[in-house]
Amino acid sequence: MTSIGTGYDLSASTYSPDGRIFQVEYANKAVENSGTAIGLRVKDGVVLAVEKFVHSKLLVPGANRRVQTVDRHIGMATAGLLADGRSVSNRARDECANIRNSFREQPTVKYISDRLALYAQMYTLYSSVRPFGISTILAGVDKTGPSLYVVEPSGVCLGYHGAAIGKGRQLAKTELEKLKLSELTTREAAMEAARIIYLVHDDNKEKEFELEMSWVCSETNGLHVPVPADLLAEAERKAKEALENFE
Amino acid sequence: MDHFPANWGRPRNDAIDLYATHLLHPRPNNRAKDAFADSVQRTQQPIVTGTSVLAIKFKDGIMMAADNLASYGSLARFKDVQRLQAFGDYTVIGASGDMSDFQFIQRLLDDIAVAEIAAQDGHDLGPVEIHEYMSQVMYGRRSKLDPLWNSLIIGGFKDGKRFLSYVDLLGTTYTASTIATGYGGYIAQPLLRKAVEGYEDVLTAEQARKILEDSMRVLFYRDARSLNKYQLATITAAGVQISDSLHLETSWDFAEGIRGYGAQTQ
Repeated sequence: MTSIGTGYDLSASTYSPDGRIFQVEYANKAVENSGTAIGLRVKDGVVLAVEKFVHSKLLVPGANRRVQTVDRHIGMATAGLLADGRSVSNRARDECANIRNSFREQPTVKYISDRLALYAQMYTLYSSVRPFGISTILAGVDKTGPSLYVVEPSGVCLGYHGAAIGKGRQLAKTELEKLKLSELTTREAAMEAARIIYLVHDDNKEKEFELEMSWVCSETNGLHVPVPADLLAEAERKAKEALENFE
Repeated sequence: MDHFPANWGRPRNDAIDLYATHLLHPRPNNRAKDAFADSVQRTQQPIVTGTSVLAIKFKDGIMMAADNLASYGSLARFKDVQRLQAFGDYTVIGASGDMSDFQFIQRLLDDIAVAEIAAQDGHDLGPVEIHEYMSQVMYGRRSKLDPLWNSLIIGGFKDGKRFLSYVDLLGTTYTASTIATGYGGYIAQPLLRKAVEGYEDVLTAEQARKILEDSMRVLFYRDARSLNKYQLATITAAGVQISDSLHLETSWDFAEGIRGYGAQTQ
């Protein structure tokens, strides 16, 4: 942390002499501390999966969701500060409502991602605000087909076939690269997503976690919904099996 | 000080530059005065209108009927308008009155449907909730002296209960086992009451369909703003089903025997 004590990290409106904005980099640290979230864009749909840490046994199962529905056909998963994720999802819903009310059509994932990126970028410009401490994966199926985008704290927005954010993103990315994403079905992708989340989970550091998974595909009539309980259970079972064979 | 650089060096308002020789972007201090700023007019009458909607309870749920006509005054302007709209998995809304206001209502409902999906709280809106929402919207708008010019019938089936209610432009609400809006309130309602009241738990879907078809036929004979093309909505435990457009069989033989007006002298 060479940045500490230099004075260049006090505000998002100040560059360091070598052209970095430390507040944005710190925001990325907040993302790295959170459980992994991955998104897969496949032949006929998209899948989102999140490794959600359960930090207390007193929590109701399923509480503090990290996968959210933005519009009928768009879902998003966040890694980083949970509350920032909620705020950004509300913004995304407003953007969708705006499109629907102006043009009477379903917004594309690309458009909403771009708007969220502009929104995130605005929080890198002023000393009075802090950048969002989250990376967001937006996934959905629209008139252009399945799409998957990631919005980062810096305001960067990029489209992917497979995306991973959060603690285990490096390992998850190498696993995603092994897959032939454009040939998988959404069902197969759900199985792979569960396997990857179980694989990247580090038992030594965080014991308990919940697997959160949602998808958009023809099976869901193009709606963003949680993966059905039976499929989720099967995916988890197979993921655990694969993990045992792996070790 | 004018803080908008686009205004600098330009006429302050259109009165100075009558023929608009300068491109003037509207800005807070030079935009045209609203011609209606001092007197605002709200909706005084509906423009493109739909006529009656009929709805009855039957053994398995609710059945509704409305024709496909949207009139422009007395002109039969649009003959392919759907006036029965499914909302979610449990509810159908039928609208008579101003069709543009109905389209606006559909937008409102679509927005709350998306908000409801986004909430992901395991609850969804049934006919009771939609009726309550619509009654608040309609009453709210009439209290602003800017009513949505509709009579709405909300029919639904959820959690084993059927529900049928009415909301209109004044915010009036009621529930009943037969409801008819518009002209149907005069012509069809007595027929429906006679056929349905007391038999709500006996009538089969086929009988209910027959009752509505007969009432729609009478309405087509009597109501000059109606059409012989209509749709039926059935809401049961199985969900919502809205039929394709149906054709009313009518017979006008009796017209020959009518005396007292028209071309014939005797």
